[in-house]
Amino acid sequence: MTTTPTSPAAPTAERSPRRRPRRHADTERGFSRVFRWVTTSAGVLLLLVLAAVAVFLVERGWGALVASPADLHANGGLPKQYGNLLAFIGPLVFGTVLAAALALLLATPVAVGIALFVSHYAPRRIAGLVGFVIDLLAAIPSVVFGLWGTLTLSPVIAKLWAWIADVLSAILPGTVNATPTGRSLATTSLVLAIMILPIITAVSREVFKQTPRLHEEAALALGATRWEVVRTAVLPFGRSGVISAAMLGLGRALGETMAVLMILSPGLGYSFQIFDAGKHQTIAANIAANFPESAGLEVNTLIATGLALFVITLVVNMAARAIVARRKEFSGAN
Amino acid sequence: MSTTTQARTAGPVASPGSDEVRAMLRTSDVSRKRVNRVMKVLVHAAFATAMVPLLWLLYTVVVRGAARLSPYFLTVSMRGVFGGIDAGGVYHAMVGTVMITLIATVISVPIGLFTAIYLVEYGKGPLARALTFFVDVMTGIPSIVAGLFSFTLFSLFFGPGVRLGIAASVAVSVLMIPVVVRSCEEMLRLVPNELREAALALGVPRWLVIVKVVLRTSVAGITTGVLLAVARVIGETAPILITAGFADSINFNPFEGRMMTLPVFIYTQYRVGLVPCAPSDLACVPDVNVLRAWAAALTLIVIVVILNLLGRLVTRLFAPKLR
Repeated sequence: MTTTPTSPAAPTAERSPRRRPRRHADTERGFSRVFRWVTTSAGVLLLLVLAAVAVFLVERGWGALVASPADLHANGGLPKQYGNLLAFIGPLVFGTVLAAALALLLATPVAVGIALFVSHYAPRRIAGLVGFVIDLLAAIPSVVFGLWGTLTLSPVIAKLWAWIADVLSAILPGTVNATPTGRSLATTSLVLAIMILPIITAVSREVFKQTPRLHEEAALALGATRWEVVRTAVLPFGRSGVISAAMLGLGRALGETMAVLMILSPGLGYSFQIFDAGKHQTIAANIAANFPESAGLEVNTLIATGLALFVITLVVNMAARAIVARRKEFSGAN
Repeated sequence: MSTTTQARTAGPVASPGSDEVRAMLRTSDVSRKRVNRVMKVLVHAAFATAMVPLLWLLYTVVVRGAARLSPYFLTVSMRGVFGGIDAGGVYHAMVGTVMITLIATVISVPIGLFTAIYLVEYGKGPLARALTFFVDVMTGIPSIVAGLFSFTLFSLFFGPGVRLGIAASVAVSVLMIPVVVRSCEEMLRLVPNELREAALALGVPRWLVIVKVVLRTSVAGITTGVLLAVARVIGETAPILITAGFADSINFNPFEGRMMTLPVFIYTQYRVGLVPCAPSDLACVPDVNVLRAWAAALTLIVIVVILNLLGRLVTRLFAPKLR
């Protein structure tokens, strides 16, 4: 090596510029190259669509963002009690986040339980059946959930909410109101929880199934009971997976429209009276409720609120996917 | 075996202490066993909790929907039907659903399938990484945002207040493309590499390998994926509500005028709600709109379940035997 320092280096330096253009072109001629271009442009088109969604929303929402409050009050459909657009979007964001967070709180423990049931408790045949049933739950359209939630569930669950509100009024300072119709944020969140259950279950189940067999067997060999196996081997391994599954569910709950639109009796403001009607509204339901009768600047106002929703869900989903991607790289399973 | 362990553990404590140690082990075991049992019950309870709403919902939809579902209901539209008239059906909504979903499928399947082929067969470097990430992100776009996008896109060309079937199709495609990409990608990855290598070694051009070997091997899985994607988007309501509006008449032309779909039909009928009836009017049904909504919900669920079962059947019947 040391005796001939130049001879190996010189040919490679000469050869590399000659080799470079042959990198993909050697076997790819004629239609193969066309086919590669078609598939690549399909991928680029997909990215362009996503970019277009963002660009169009910003472009149309901009009209409302830069309009003066007086103009918004006159033509933009902005209710009189709000000074500017941000004061209008604020309660909507609050309602959206509150409903989604409550749904997440209700759904995650149940979903993790079902995922554990499928991956570690149920016999294999029953586990397959449960998987099918969960898929069925995911396939039911949201408008049917809305119809069922408002016509069947609300009148029944209202009595339970009234009872809980009574108990809470006794414990907490101040009174907790409950509506007799049941069309409150609590009912909405319950239905949202049922709707996001399948997605959280599906992702958690996949992660739990990837638990290294050796970790579980080691725990069993140390005399652990089944729950201790789950607690010491499965849950620590699947924690980040469950977190990202929950965030995916959160993203779904934030953007859900029809169930909220049909169940929730809308109102605008900041309130934690989740058992009362007419206190909250979400961004998506507000758009769907007002869009058909809107024109001109009113449309821009609604699109500006849609932009806020888009940004929130984008951040939540990107965070969830980033956690999943990081987990994939460092997991000991493969 | 057990006696020696006990003797060894008990040894330094006390000579008759083996009973004591045994008792100690047993008491700690009782609490651990109790926790184990409680958790087992909780896990089973979680499963049962999820079943309650599902069964309740299915029961309600079937019982209340069957009351009005009939061949008549499926074959007439709502044109000229108002108040509590005991008439009207979902034919126009079924036409709209089929048209909008069909066009959305025609738009999304080529884009989704080619993107999946790119990711599996060619995908390397920053574009593939970006695609994988943004396809996942795109799955999470709220449906109403997709509707707003399509509305703004079409209002550029057709002016404000545009309501078209094709606009709804574009909105639905935005939601459908990532689902198609995901399922197609999964299916293409299942094709063994040996098949590709064998074909390439015989001198077959790359594109023919993909079309004749890879796609042919995975055609059943791709069909299933597309059917499940259709089942997913056929129940979309909000984006169609704001792009295609709602209508009472049959409209076969997606490029002109408003179009009704089944989910929007359910929503609008529910929104109209109860009808005040004059006591003398015997033909008037006060809750006819709600009954129509339930019947349409049953129709929609039946369609979705058939698509799901069909998807599973295709996999089972036509999947290639790779082993």
